[in-house]
Amino acid sequence: MKYAAKRVATLLVTMIIVSLLAFLAFDLISGDPAQMMLGTEATEEGLAALRAELGLDRPLPIRYLDWLTGFFRGDLGMSYHYHEPVWTLIAPKVRVTLWLSLLAFLLITVVSIPLGLLTAGRGEGRLAGLHTAFNQLCMAVPAFFIGILLTWAFGVTLKWFTAGAFPDMTQDFAGSMKYLFFAALALSIPRIAMTARMLRSTVAGEMEKDYVRTAISRGNDRRGVLFRHVLKNALPPVIAFLAQTMAELIASSIVVEQVFGIPGLGRFLVACISNRDYQVVQAIVVILAFWVVLAGTLADLIQQRIDPRLRLGGAS
Amino acid sequence: MNTRRLVAGLLSAALMATLMSGCGGTAEQTAAPTQQGEEPRPNEITVAIAQDLDDSLDPHKTVAAGTKEIMFNVFEGLVKPTPDGNLVPAVAESYELSEDGTVYTFTLRDGVKFHNGATVTAEDVVYSFDRCADITGGSSLVEALSVVTDVTAVDEKTVAITIAAPDNEFFASLTLAILPKGYEDQDTAPVGTGPFRYVSRAAQDNIVLERFDDYWGEPAKVEKVTLKVIENADSLVMSLQSGAVDLCAKLTSTQVAQLGDEFYVAEGTMNLVQALYLNHAVAPFDDLKVRQALCYAIDKQQAIDIACDGYGTPLGSSMYPGFGKYFLPELTNYYPHDVEKAKALLAEAGYPEGFDMTITAPSNYSYHVDVAQVLVEQLKAVGINAKIELVEWATWLSDVYSGRQFQATVVGLDASTMTARALLSRFESTAKRNFINYNSETYDALYAQAQATIDDAEQTELYKALERELTENAANVYIQDTANLVAVRKGLEGVVFYPIYVLDLSNVGWTE
Repeated sequence: MKYAAKRVATLLVTMIIVSLLAFLAFDLISGDPAQMMLGTEATEEGLAALRAELGLDRPLPIRYLDWLTGFFRGDLGMSYHYHEPVWTLIAPKVRVTLWLSLLAFLLITVVSIPLGLLTAGRGEGRLAGLHTAFNQLCMAVPAFFIGILLTWAFGVTLKWFTAGAFPDMTQDFAGSMKYLFFAALALSIPRIAMTARMLRSTVAGEMEKDYVRTAISRGNDRRGVLFRHVLKNALPPVIAFLAQTMAELIASSIVVEQVFGIPGLGRFLVACISNRDYQVVQAIVVILAFWVVLAGTLADLIQQRIDPRLRLGGAS
Repeated sequence: MNTRRLVAGLLSAALMATLMSGCGGTAEQTAAPTQQGEEPRPNEITVAIAQDLDDSLDPHKTVAAGTKEIMFNVFEGLVKPTPDGNLVPAVAESYELSEDGTVYTFTLRDGVKFHNGATVTAEDVVYSFDRCADITGGSSLVEALSVVTDVTAVDEKTVAITIAAPDNEFFASLTLAILPKGYEDQDTAPVGTGPFRYVSRAAQDNIVLERFDDYWGEPAKVEKVTLKVIENADSLVMSLQSGAVDLCAKLTSTQVAQLGDEFYVAEGTMNLVQALYLNHAVAPFDDLKVRQALCYAIDKQQAIDIACDGYGTPLGSSMYPGFGKYFLPELTNYYPHDVEKAKALLAEAGYPEGFDMTITAPSNYSYHVDVAQVLVEQLKAVGINAKIELVEWATWLSDVYSGRQFQATVVGLDASTMTARALLSRFESTAKRNFINYNSETYDALYAQAQATIDDAEQTELYKALERELTENAANVYIQDTANLVAVRKGLEGVVFYPIYVLDLSNVGWTE
């Protein structure tokens, strides 16, 4: 209980700090929302009137407090540009990005863990060399480039999906999942390579330890040792890495969403930053902070289940 | 050895799972195109746009050119523009101008309906004009209406609009959208009288318009238009190739080259004056000789050839050919490319070794950035060492446009109404939009004279004199009116170009 309370407190504090930083950052960079809305038609009077209408003429601390109290009341404010409530705008995008990240995460775990284990047992053969080279390549190629290749191959040439025609998720869920699958693939390939490599090296490291040699010399077979003993020790760092991946997926999804033309949170965030639509940016940033902290907490909890030593540490 | 087999099993299971989800896709998708081949093509089109309509959709508050460009299909004024640059009656059927030139009396067309079903009355027209007077920070169209002193509904079908003094160009501002009285949701659910009605918008994703069946004029050819927001240049091309998008305007020459044979290209102009705009308040650009040297140093045709693959119309002043009667073709080559002359002028001005300068360019507009890069190379030949500073559009607006903190910048300026005034008013020394700090007594005097003139022919001559003054005084280094390359799927017809920034979708339709 105590632990849970501590976690929730961390979450809240992180979100508040992040929102404050975002607020300050916008005050520092050039570009004024009112100016951005009025464009080249702007006149001094028009700008002043609009700033007053949006409440931008008030000092920064007041604007921030105003936003914060609204946030705690569940009111994220109105978008400057779209004249619609922020939550109405971003809710469908949260859904899309959440599914995209989940699909990518699923692909990463389902492919990388078996792959890592399979290659871990291998020595220094020619195949291993080839594998390493392929692995390096997958890690080095950025997700957006893989995205362009996949779109071209499956979305334009083979027409397994229609590039640029993302179906409405509420109307055609299966269709949108199929579309998201290819984007998730682009997102996950570099990550699969990294996770598999990591698992491979931790397992290999563990396999050389004394307890493994002892276990094998007592007549246990390799497979039994690997799953009963080695995995328990090799997994925690991999899980921590996966949690970090879960957080970072959101960041890489920005580019992939652009390449695939998926109306997700990342793409919307970029558009709203260049428009200086602060209210929307503020809300998205807080959601992302929530997501990152949540991923970290989940990782901690899983690790504690695997390793009781950590559990004690957490409770103290 | 068992380990290996087990792991291999696990891995292949994972791979199978991956592949199967992929295969599921294949089966479904291959079925789709054959179906399309048998059934008649649905009477709708998908149009890609690079920028979302992230603006108020209320036509009296809309500022973004991209939003006005599309909402042109939803709204109409008493009059509306035609492709050849005229204004024809729309919501109004006819008008009369009083003897003294200050009272316009409009008779409304019978049976014009709003998208919500209501019939347009004189009350709605009065409401629309009154409403504009209350809007702060609106477009310059709204500002142009500040000369209106009175709008009265004479009867159900007649409206009288009074202006302070006779004004030739006032008529152009009567394109102001007519809106239903008392309707409050124009910001997000706009209602007008145009050939298309607004259906929905999903931010940074799509906008849907449908044909308005009770439209008073020629009905739109397609039943539904989906505007898809695709900001990434590569994805845009792939979306055209994949069949997801049927039409897209403002492509680059590089994109056009990748299209393939399912498309043809319609070429128009963007209707903007692209130039290296110079800040006259900053040395050395306050010196006429330096500005002229820059003009001679630049080879605009080469810039168009390199940066735009030869698409584009060279310009020599703040006017483009779309505005037929005001355009002066002889100004285009007023400063022929002449490196020696440029060097000599620089020496006379006291810069025999050239100087360093910074060209600011908005990073989101590739056609401005590309041209700026060519200019940098051309300026090197006369000893001027220019470097490019790329800024976000928001930064450009606040620092360059409002703050006037820059040396030189490559951008395009457009006209908000079909009047010469829309392009030339900003160079009047006290104009609020005079971001280049242009300050010429001759210009100011001519401009005042043009505004005071009622005779159209005389006024046209004065506007031409203003253009000539800008050229002779080397106000800016004029480059081109950028080409508007529109990719159109074969079988689709009816793309027409206007001398202002609009995309008319009502004529676009499938041929079969």
